[in-house]
Amino acid sequence: MKEQAPILIVAIPLLMAFLNIPFGLFKRTLSYPITVITTFLCVYFSYLIADTVVNNGNISYRLGGWEPPWGIEYAIDHLNAYMLIIVSIVSFIVAIYSKNSIEKEIAKEKTVYFYTIYLLLVTGLLGIVVTGDLFNLFVFLEIASLAGYALVAIGEDRAPLATFNYIVMGTIGACFYLLGVGYLYIVTGSLNITDLTKLLPPLYHSKVVLVAFAFFVVGVAIKIALFPLHTWLPDAYTHAPSTVSAFVAATMTKVGAYAMIRVMFTVFEPSFTLEALPTTEILGWVASAAMMFGCIMALAQDDLKRMLAYILVAEVGYIVMGVSVGNKEGFIGSVLHILNDSFMMVSLFLVAGAIMYKEGHRNIKKFANLHKKMPVTMGCFVIAAISMVGVPPTAGFFSKWYLILGAINAQKWFFVAFLLLSSLMVAVAFFKIIQNTFFHPSESHHKHEEPIRDEVPSGMLLPIFVMSVSLLLIGFLSGQIIDLLIQHAVPKGF
Amino acid sequence: MDTMDFIIGKYNYWVYIVLMMIGFYAMIAKNNFVKKLVGMNIFQTAIILYYISIASKKGGATIPIIKEGLDKAHQYLNPLPHVLMLTAIVVMVSTFGVAVAILIMLYRRYGTLEEDEIMAIIKMEKQK
Repeated sequence: MKEQAPILIVAIPLLMAFLNIPFGLFKRTLSYPITVITTFLCVYFSYLIADTVVNNGNISYRLGGWEPPWGIEYAIDHLNAYMLIIVSIVSFIVAIYSKNSIEKEIAKEKTVYFYTIYLLLVTGLLGIVVTGDLFNLFVFLEIASLAGYALVAIGEDRAPLATFNYIVMGTIGACFYLLGVGYLYIVTGSLNITDLTKLLPPLYHSKVVLVAFAFFVVGVAIKIALFPLHTWLPDAYTHAPSTVSAFVAATMTKVGAYAMIRVMFTVFEPSFTLEALPTTEILGWVASAAMMFGCIMALAQDDLKRMLAYILVAEVGYIVMGVSVGNKEGFIGSVLHILNDSFMMVSLFLVAGAIMYKEGHRNIKKFANLHKKMPVTMGCFVIAAISMVGVPPTAGFFSKWYLILGAINAQKWFFVAFLLLSSLMVAVAFFKIIQNTFFHPSESHHKHEEPIRDEVPSGMLLPIFVMSVSLLLIGFLSGQIIDLLIQHAVPKGF
Repeated sequence: MDTMDFIIGKYNYWVYIVLMMIGFYAMIAKNNFVKKLVGMNIFQTAIILYYISIASKKGGATIPIIKEGLDKAHQYLNPLPHVLMLTAIVVMVSTFGVAVAILIMLYRRYGTLEEDEIMAIIKMEKQK
């Protein structure tokens, strides 16, 4: 069982996605338990894999018993194990949450297909992380993206239009990635990541390799919505169903960031990425622009989900920034921020979903006295918000700390300034909401009509609560997480 | 003479680049969503052409089915890019399918597939 975990973690959700249809058509209520159990199995397998990697070193799983350069290899090191845990936990939590939210937001006859596509999305995301083959990565990237398009499209009235833009942009990204794979294939004749690491160094002067690298970076940058290629993201994530926004916002961009790190520092050596081209310099400035732009746009929004989507654009900037400074602290900050940001985004989007569920809107201006109605939900929102701002001891503080350390070590003072400034703007954006909710001036006038406590069902409340508490836990345990997993993932050249 | 060789000798790559740019142009500049989708398809097809080009070999290489008397690798075409493209075609078709499904949703909702007309409808609904 344990040896087979790398393939099972992909095969089980894929298989269950298809079994879900006959079961669901037989009895509609079966889809939800199937999805929850499947995602729980993914959590279990990702734990098994992480355990093996920590104790016995990297895993190389050969599909069909073929030797790596010829057959497809599932290669798992500390970074993969770390990403697997993030994706599977988030998918499990969101699956638990989905029941009530989906019943309210999606037509009944569509729920079976919703869960099927949800499981396909999980398959795609886990596949991207687990595979050690560049072309296989493309296939999983497209499985995840296609499932993402379908899930976003079943959202609100404006969702189809947003999805169409998402499809066009996403396809350009995937095609660029595919071209990058093709260019590397011409010069090396290999698709295996470990093999490419060995074959590429003598070819670094070749123009083909440089072009391939450029295609990879731009292609993945579209997929992770790095400014100025982010235009599809705010619309798509605002109009998707709440459950989908929570899951996709937390995992899709993060897995894309993982793919970017993998290509930049494993397929190509860090020395190439940092020195041969001014890529990291450009990425650093683009990331700064993303942080500024995302935060400024977030300040201007009234729609909670739209605001969170713009903050996500800024957070992608943080992750790319950490990678681009090119030292150990920056890299650790980036990788830690992948975890923190995905958990923070889940909590915030789940809260947005809960507000949608009870109030039917998510206009920040109408949030007054919401904390009296939904004290636990808003309490969790505040925890996630201060974590997003980066107040110790919440999780967000530690990754931002490492990011700033990285920028200082690289002596990029502008980046330090941008990091601090954008944190400040995130703080303003969230305090605007907190002020609107807790300290609304109309409170004194209408004291007689005290709002009744009216929380969301426990199936939605529990995931929100667990995610918020985990933000504090991650904050306290961030040292252990770095020691156990992240520091082994730092590339050798740093 | 060199430039002529550069253009004619690698004509398949030129075709791939031209096709890709046509598709790219359609995706960016066209107002009609179906035309954008067709552009996207041309864009993806160009990549398939590129992969198929890299599989070919000069000097009479044949399809990769073992034949009597042909026992050297260079006598056969490289089958791997073809296989990769089979998968890419599947991806392409499913992307096209999802996109067409969404266009149907859009048409049912707005009654048109012109981008500016849909934008005008959205703007009008917002004002109400």
